[in-house]
Parts: sequence; structure tokens; C-alpha cells
Amino acid sequence: MDPMAASVEEIGAAAPQPLGLHAVQHLGELRSTFESGRTRPLAWRQSQLRGLLRLLAEKEEEAFRALHDDLGKHRAEAYRDEVGVLIKSANAALREVGKWVAPEKVWAPLVAFPANAQVVPEPLGVVLIFSCWNFPLGLSLEPLIGAIAAGNAVVLKPSELAPATAKFLEDNIGDYMDATAVKVIQGAPRSGSSSWSTDGTRSSSPHRKISGCPRVARMVMAAASKHLTPVALELGGKCPCIFDSASVGTGRNLQTSVNRVIFAKWSSCAGQACVAIDYILVEERFAPTLIKMLKSTLKRFMADSDQMARIVNARHFQRLSGLLKDPAVAASVLHGGKLDAKNLCIEPTILLNPPLDSAIMTEEIFGPLLPIITAEKIEDSIAFVRARPKPLAVYAFTNCASLKRRIVEETSSGSVTFNDAVVQYGIDTLPFGGVGQSGFGQYHGKYSFEMFSHKKAVLKRGFLVEAMLRYPPWDEQKIAMMRHLYRYDYVRFIFTFFGLSRT
Amino acid sequence: MEESRAAAVQELRARFAAGTTRPAEWRAKQLRGVLRMATEMEAEICDALHADVGKPKTEAHVHEISLVKSSCLFALKNLKKWMKPKKVSCKADDFSLDGQDCKGAPGCCARHLRLELPSLARCVITLIHVYSIVSVLSLDPVIGAIAAGNAVVLKPSEVAPATSSLLAELLPRYIDSTCIKVVEGGVSETTAPLELKWDKIFYTGNSKVGRIVMASAAKHLTPVVLELGGKCPVVVDSNVNLHVTAKRIAAGKWGCNNGQACIAPDFIITTESFAPKLLEALKKVLEKFYGKDPLLSEDLSRVVTPNHFNRLLDLMDDEMVSDKIVFGGQRDEQKLKIAPTIFLDVPLDSAMMKEEIFGPLLPIITVDKIHESLGLINSMTKPLAAYLFTRDSKLQKQFESTISAGGMLLNDTSVHLTNPHLPFGGVGESGTGSYHGRFTFDAFSHGKAVLHRGFGGEAKARYPPYSSAKLKILKGVLAGKLGAHIQAILGFPRGK
Repeated sequence: MDPMAASVEEIGAAAPQPLGLHAVQHLGELRSTFESGRTRPLAWRQSQLRGLLRLLAEKEEEAFRALHDDLGKHRAEAYRDEVGVLIKSANAALREVGKWVAPEKVWAPLVAFPANAQVVPEPLGVVLIFSCWNFPLGLSLEPLIGAIAAGNAVVLKPSELAPATAKFLEDNIGDYMDATAVKVIQGAPRSGSSSWSTDGTRSSSPHRKISGCPRVARMVMAAASKHLTPVALELGGKCPCIFDSASVGTGRNLQTSVNRVIFAKWSSCAGQACVAIDYILVEERFAPTLIKMLKSTLKRFMADSDQMARIVNARHFQRLSGLLKDPAVAASVLHGGKLDAKNLCIEPTILLNPPLDSAIMTEEIFGPLLPIITAEKIEDSIAFVRARPKPLAVYAFTNCASLKRRIVEETSSGSVTFNDAVVQYGIDTLPFGGVGQSGFGQYHGKYSFEMFSHKKAVLKRGFLVEAMLRYPPWDEQKIAMMRHLYRYDYVRFIFTFFGLSRT
Repeated sequence: MEESRAAAVQELRARFAAGTTRPAEWRAKQLRGVLRMATEMEAEICDALHADVGKPKTEAHVHEISLVKSSCLFALKNLKKWMKPKKVSCKADDFSLDGQDCKGAPGCCARHLRLELPSLARCVITLIHVYSIVSVLSLDPVIGAIAAGNAVVLKPSEVAPATSSLLAELLPRYIDSTCIKVVEGGVSETTAPLELKWDKIFYTGNSKVGRIVMASAAKHLTPVVLELGGKCPVVVDSNVNLHVTAKRIAAGKWGCNNGQACIAPDFIITTESFAPKLLEALKKVLEKFYGKDPLLSEDLSRVVTPNHFNRLLDLMDDEMVSDKIVFGGQRDEQKLKIAPTIFLDVPLDSAMMKEEIFGPLLPIITVDKIHESLGLINSMTKPLAAYLFTRDSKLQKQFESTISAGGMLLNDTSVHLTNPHLPFGGVGESGTGSYHGRFTFDAFSHGKAVLHRGFGGEAKARYPPYSSAKLKILKGVLAGKLGAHIQAILGFPRGK
């Protein structure tokens, strides 16, 4: 079962009024705005990005409160993972958008002379963004930055599982950005999707970007196919962490690695992150040392319960508790395992070699449970990872160049990070996105701009030079000349043209 | 049949997993194989195209053989470059809090952080389903898929059976058939493979089937490239070189499969006053190209199947438009040939103006002022290509900025297809994704981000237990402030 599949059912039970009519009205208004050309000028796009930056600065406290209400996130985590990253992205977009919108000149062959060839980025039109509850601010506004920079009108549908943040967005976006071009809608994903399907009148359907779980993603993509709407799907997967203890060594590097593993598992929304480390692979002989260091560092980092986010809701709490119910899995718990249903808290839990066919090892965990799987040789971890669906990220702590090369070449994932984890999310020169089961489409930085743009090929020709060989009636001489031209063999072409060579 | 198909797919997956398709040498060998095939089998391929659509030899050579050969050559020339990982830069505020050599200045961390984007084959298998009648063009995406290191299944259109079976026969002789397979067949052979899991699906054809392909792909969350069509408009201003304009329109419309091409001009928009002149110019050019009786010309392709022939007759004989014919109209049911036919001022709600024509019928729509053409085009679905003939640079700029189409050509038709540096693809109803040249390689690759970090420079501020002091430092680091970097590197805040 997908970690988030349950959300569709539970939403169905608690769904507000179907939002079909509102959504259709919004779409109509946004289309008019887009068609009026309002969102195209560079100045407009920059003003929106500045508006977003002002929102993040002026409403920072409210944002922290919303994230704490929804997920129990500490303000430092909220800043580090969401607010701060957004500020950085918006500033980068503001700086670079002038370059991104510029047409790119490309080569045109001499045979086309006189000709001018360019690739001109243009906005897609009205785009729809579905975001996920674990980084409800970040996953809503990061694609929004790209969509606005690309000159689109946008509808944002934040996750209803993070209602405080959804409300924060609904209450504030209109005040800081152009409300005729950027709208926030609320509601269940099912009613959301079906309402968009009713919009069959115009073909310029929204481009959709969804971050979330495969089950909802399938629904969205199937609905999008009715209008041939392109989609980008940012999903998850079981992100493995290959821990090559032999090359990491002991001492400072080992401590640094353990710090970073803890950061990537428990400090990132309590493991409820698509890029969180899902499980670790380590050589059997080094497992005890690793486990010992994890335990002692966890004690230092997570002494107070408010240092870690809570589980988002009861349903996910049940799901995660359920993973531990399997007796063989319960027997493999080495640390933690305490469940607090009232406060929706699960303490950092480490397991050693739970059965590989148990749910905890076949589904994306999306929570603070860390299985450690041992192997005889660390190289065996490559086959282990390959045998499983492609994850959003593969992590490896290692100094061994050949292992690094093998991991890059022999495994497939959205991305690979060596000697750290999760931080790749914050680097906007790197594309962020999945492959296979972890999704498709990449964003961040310039990639966000491109995701929400259509690169239009524009070729300009003059009337001056006419090549008669283009036109019927056909003969062998024309074919011969064309053969030479396609090879850009202008010399032979000239000979043939003047009848100086046999055809 | 089901078992053999599943077994074939298993074989392809096994070969991909074994790494057969990854080395540059293997990819180059396959590309050279396709090149040899296009060279050695040129006559056979032209014969098959002639059998399928009556394609004249020159057209077959120009539009199909030559394009396939130049695609192969372009891919062979650029293969190593495309495969190479691309290094990217990072800045100090991107969490690159590295210590030892880092003086805290932005940008210094490139030493510690190596960011790479290797373009790795994303696909175990790709299904390329070509439902278009320009069958050899189905090789173009195969070339890019091979260059990107994939295993491939190609399903050519059954509507062009001679070319389809020729490809099925020839390809295994020239390339590694354990990794590249051709599957033939009709509708069931088209839909059945869609139930299987692919890593990418590339479809060329019409938007109705495009929707079915995408809906099937949704079950496995398979990304798709859809090369569809649309009504490609040609706007003709009155300030043009009329003779050249007429020739280029005629070449784009009737000189390529007799209008049965996704980028063929579908209809013309011009001013009421200019229409008669344009019409005369087109008539003259058509007579020069195809003689007084075009149905007898060997240089004109036929319609691909009786179904399509009847579809086109229905469009022509529709009583809303049948009295608007101003040129042509001849048809030969035996030979499945329709002469170049021009209509003037057909109603915008006629079937001819609502569907993609995909044949030798050319409606001319007139407007009062040429600028009205922009609004008219924008009221329709986005086409694969939009054409404008004018010398007015202001109109050109307006056209470029207000019309959305897959691609755009000023003062010519169709030829942008041959430039491998231009992305070729649609937008909206005309499709999603693009290809040609490097774009095909990218379409069939996954650009994997690879980040190398060192162990140096641990920033305590990143880890719990959190405090407002740590928050302050984090803010500074993310804002690129030098002081914050220094504090972070020096392990502030002290204590926890």
C-alpha cells in the first residue's frame, strides 16, 4: 500500500463541497488573464517574485506557526527546509529570469541562407500545481516560483492534510501576488481532479505538476490524458543509503556521516519526506559500530521530543504502527519503537534486518523507522538496490572511487548524493525529479522555468534565395543535388548544379 | 501472441539490465547499421513508400532517406558529447558548508562539491508507436533512443504495410535485434503493448489515439512524448514575393505526401483583397509542378487507404463547402488519388475547418485586415506549426509573441523540421515533448543529478537540538552572508 494512498479514502470521507464550479470559474478567469498577456512581461514576473519574497519575510511567524500546527515542525527545521530554501530560490529566479526568457540562437545551415533560427521559450498558459503535506509550503511555492518565472497563470492546490498551511496560503497569496493570475483552491484531490476534467471547452488545458503518491498520481495523469495535458510527477520511493564503513573509517568522518544520516532521516519531517533515507545498507561486521553511533548521536540531537516533527495524522500513525506489528519486524527493533498515539509521536526507531518481504521493506516507509540491512560485502548493495523500483535518490557514504562510479553507472534513481543526503534539494543548479516509479519531470532553478515553458522553434527565412531543386517536377539531377546538400557538401552540389558531374 | 510479446519484452529487459546497450561503441555500431541500411536499401525503401502512398522517388529521398541518414550522422558525430556528464556550479549558500579549503567565499565550494549531470539511459525499453503514414520517419526517434542507450520496440503504422514489413525484415539484418525489435500489426497489436510497462512511450499520430496512449501510460506512470498534429495555419500578407510564397506553400502542402503530413499547411488566411492574387499564383505554380492533369502526375502521392480517401471525399463534398471549390476537385477512386484542391471562404464551422485535413484540400479563409488572422488562429487549438509570409517586421514580432505553436516558420513552410538544432514537437493539442538532434537523445534519457560532498566542514547549525542561535546562523547561510558562513564553519553556536 502506498504510504499516502490512504489519504484519498480519508479525504473522500471528510470532503467539503465538491469544488467543481469554483474551479471552473477560476479557470475561466485565469485563462482570460493569461490571454490578455498580463503574465508575459518580464516586469510582471519579477514583481510576483518580489511579492513572494515579501510574503515570506513579513509572514514568517505565521508560516512557522502553520507548519508547527500541521506537523509539529520546529521553526529551525521549518526555516532550514522550507522558508529559507524558498527565499533562496525566489532570489535566484529573480536574478536569472531575464536570462531564461531570452531566445536562444541556434545554428542554421548555409543551405538555408538567409535564415535565422531561434528557440523561444513561451509560457504554457494556465498551470495546476498539486502539492504534498510534508513540506506543504516548500512543495507549493517552489514550483510556483518556476511557473511564474515562465509567465504562466497558476492554480495552486495545497494538500488538505496540512490544513493550517493551506489556509495560510489561501489567506496570503492574494495579498502579495496578482490575484487575477495566481489562485489557491482547497479540497480533496479526487474532487479536484474531476472538476478539472469537466473543463473540456478549451484545449489550452493546464499543465499539471503533482508531488505525492503513485496512486493519486495515476488518477491525475489519467484525468490529464483527456485533455492531453502534460504532467510532471514528483513521487518518492525507498531511498537507500549505502554505508561503506570501510572507506568512511572511524573518528570524525564517521561522526559526520552519522550526523548526516540522522539529519536525513529524523530531522526531515520525522522521515516523512520523499528524499529521506528510507533504509541503510551496511556490511555485517560494521553494523554494530554504526548502530552504536546512531544511538548515541540520537540521544544528543533528539533529547527533547519537540526536536522532531510529529506524524501528520492518525491514519498515517496507524499505518506506521502497523508496520511494526508484524512479529518478525517487531523482533528486529533495536532502538526506540515507542508510540504515542495521543500526540502522534513515534520515537526514532532503528531495526536490524527485518524480513525483506515485510511491508516495512517493500513499501516506502515515510516515517521515523530506519531498517538497517546487512550485506556480506558492501558491493552487494548495488544489486540489492537494482532489484527494487527506482527511487527518487540513492545515497552513499563512501570514499571509494570505484564504488562511487559503479553506483552512478549501475543504479538508476532521480539523483545520487555522496556523503550527504537531502541537501541536493536545496541546490538549484541540479535538476530535482524522479525516474521510473519515482516519477518524471525535473524542477528547481532553471529546470522549473523549463518545466512550465514550451520551447518554440522559430525559423525565419527571406525570399532572396530560391532553390529550384525543392520543387516538382522531379528529376535525377535534383535528387543528386539534394544528396550533396544534406551532407553539406557544397562543392559537389555546385558541380552537379552546373552539370559538371554525372548524376 | 501474448506470451511471445511478453517474452520479447523480457529479453529486452534482460539485455538492458546486462548493460549491453550502454557502451558508446554499441550505440555507434547500431547507428552505423541504420545508416548502412538507409544507403544500401534505398531503392527497396523507395519502392515500399511508393507501394504504400505512391510517393515519388525524390520525395522519398528528401523527406525520408536523407533525413534518416543525416540524423544518424548527427548522432554519431555528437554521441560522446551528449553522453558526457555535465558539471554544474553551486554556491556557498547551497548548504555547501565545507570547511577545510573554504575561505567562506561564495563559489569556493565547487572544489568540494562536484555536481554532475550524467545523461544516463532512463529507459529499459521504449515503445515507439508510429501511427503516421510517413513510415520511415519512425526511424528518427529510434536513432535517438539508441544513441541514449535504450532497448527499443518499434511499432510502425499498419496503414503503410509495405514499409512496415520492410522495416521488420531489414532492421534485424543491420542492427542488434536482441535489443531493438520491430512489432507489426493492427489495432490490437497497438493497444495490447500499451498494457505492458515501458519506461517511455513515444507516439506519433492523431490526438484521439494520443489520449488513449497517455491514459494507458498513466497506469504505469510512464512518461510519454506525443507528436500529434493540428491545423497548421499559413498567414499570407500582401507585401510578399508572391511567386516564391506560392511555391513554398505548394511545396509544403502538396510536395510532401500530398498533404498527409503533420506539419503540412492546413489552411491559409489572407486578406479579402489579396486572395485572388494568391489564388492565381497558386494555380500557376500547381500547373508547373503537376501539369494540367495532376491525377496523371507521377510526382503526386496518393491517399494512403480507401478509408482516408473516403474521409477526404466527405470533407470535399460536404454541402457547406462543395460550392466553394475554386481549383481542382478531381479524384480517382481506383488509384486513390485526389488532385490539389483549393477552396475559398469555407464556413469556419464546417467539418473542413474543425478537423485536421491531412490531405490535398486547401481552404483559403479571408479577413478584412491581416492582423485579424492572429485572433482567428488563437481561437483554435494550438497547432504543431504556424507559418507566416510577410515582410512586415512588426507583424512578425506580433505573430511570434502571440501565437503559440509547436514551431514557427516565417516566409517558408516545413523546412524547420530539417534543422537538428531546433526542437521539434507540439504544445497543447499538438502534443508534448520534442525531438530531433540532441532533443531526441534528451527525450530518451534521464539526466541524473549527482552530488559529491566531502566530509570537511561540519556545520552544527544544521542539526538538532535546534535553538534560535542556530536559526540565526541558518538564515545567514541561506542568504549567502559571509559572517554566517564563517560562524557555521567554526562550529557555532558553541555547546550543544
